Amino acid sequence: MTRELICIGCPMGCELTVEVEDGKAVSVTGNTCGIGKKYAETEVSAPTRMVTTTVMADNGKPVPVKTRTAVPKEKISDVVKAVKSTTIKLPARIGDTAVENAAGTGIDVIVTKNAG
Amino acid sequence: MAEHISLAVIGGGPAGMAAAAAAYDSGITDVTVFERDSELGGILNQCIHNGFGLHTFKEELTGPEYAARYIEQVKQRGIHCETDSMVLSISPEKQITVVSKARGMRVIGADAIILAMGCRERPRGALNIPGMRPQGIYTAGTAQKLINCEGVMPGKEVVILGSGDIGLIMARRMTLEGAHVRLVAELMPYSGGLKRNIVQCLDDYGIPLKLSHTVVDIRGRRKLEGVVIAEVDGTGTPIPGTEEYYECDTLLLSCGLIPENELSLSAGITINGATSGPVVDEYLNTSIPGIFACGNVLHVHDLVDFVSEEAGRAGRNAAKYIADKGSRKNEPHIVKLIPGNGVRYTVPCTIDTANTEEDIHLRFRVRNVYKGCTIKVSANGNTIISKKKRITVPSEMEDIILKPDMLGGIDGDITVGIEEGGV
Repeated sequence: MTRELICIGCPMGCELTVEVEDGKAVSVTGNTCGIGKKYAETEVSAPTRMVTTTVMADNGKPVPVKTRTAVPKEKISDVVKAVKSTTIKLPARIGDTAVENAAGTGIDVIVTKNAG
Repeated sequence: MAEHISLAVIGGGPAGMAAAAAAYDSGITDVTVFERDSELGGILNQCIHNGFGLHTFKEELTGPEYAARYIEQVKQRGIHCETDSMVLSISPEKQITVVSKARGMRVIGADAIILAMGCRERPRGALNIPGMRPQGIYTAGTAQKLINCEGVMPGKEVVILGSGDIGLIMARRMTLEGAHVRLVAELMPYSGGLKRNIVQCLDDYGIPLKLSHTVVDIRGRRKLEGVVIAEVDGTGTPIPGTEEYYECDTLLLSCGLIPENELSLSAGITINGATSGPVVDEYLNTSIPGIFACGNVLHVHDLVDFVSEEAGRAGRNAAKYIADKGSRKNEPHIVKLIPGNGVRYTVPCTIDTANTEEDIHLRFRVRNVYKGCTIKVSANGNTIISKKKRITVPSEMEDIILKPDMLGGIDGDITVGIEEGGV
């Protein structure tokens, strides 16, 4: 299988062509440097993303949160759903856990702003 | 008897906080930060996405986390902050008029002032979009504030005009909050946003980006019903026959930022037409001695890290100005910085080569996308410094450091230009 990607490493935005076999990159072309090759290899095998959103606090106002580390890309919407079904108590401090093990990813969602 | 302070910092966002902390550390402790919002942090408070602080803290923080680091610095130093306080005007004699609910209206004199008011989004009125004037049209930042700070969703079917980073971030944000983003239209043939945001905010969610497209009509009497999108030619003129109707209840505008300089104008400060920010020298001093400017009020930055760094310099320079009572060691020798081929503007606009002691950050933006080019800084035909670039784009600010020893013996203007085909 062939996949077309745009490298996010720098403003060049190289258009990468990746030959994929069994979920792994076997060849990368179109890259100008090593960053593109590495990006393509991760992106086709196990793409991950940080998720940032807001959790409702008990005063009816949103409090910003993020996943402690990046989660698998296909879990983004499940993580957001888990956050949206939660209400946290104020006061909250940066780093407080808002949702433990969000959507079974093993990764916590934590507060990113001191509130209340 | 009017109040008097050493240093007044106007604005408690990233620029104001970093400037105040740096001035304090340089020995000026009588500093007051004036902030019109009820808390410090400025626009960072609504930028809940991550990607801030890679240069400054070597880690990726969200906006509120980045702000918290500087709020902590301000608090640790015990710097006086007046929140819920709006500065109404500044006089050329460095008197500021400030109003607050708690203390009414006051006039406060200062030995020096740092302008750190940030910038504002270009609204519909500045874009000349034809059509009706229904409810449902927001700047991307307004929608961001509504969703992230107030918990209110502006709509469900969304079209975004402009592919700057805020527009791209909001495309993802609205999608995650359950809205359907139909497309992002961009007038230019290239996006104004980072590649990373195009991939992670649009491609990840299957949101189409239509380059060389714009909104040519807005429909709906009371509530927005839809917009007409058309392709544009090389001059930005809509091409007849390419119109397409998109039903939507929300139109977000992400069409550029303008430094907010009403206060600078009230003081009679000279504004640079290319940046809409004050004309400054290498000390970040505006046309009025003792009034400094930094951050997005000076020129729009793409990374907050560069705002903090620049503001730190403004803070140190203001402290020095106060300590030296405005005098300089040597007789000034001012040379101008001229934007040359392919360069839209430079900050600073002038350099006093007789008094340069610190490295000068020469910051500028290019006019176009240039692949394989050389940035050349020269005076009287002699190259001062040159830098080869694989690519330069208008959306990424360039930063070249001029060392004091490079500037000895320079007479005449310094030009910064792009030479194509150098690599």
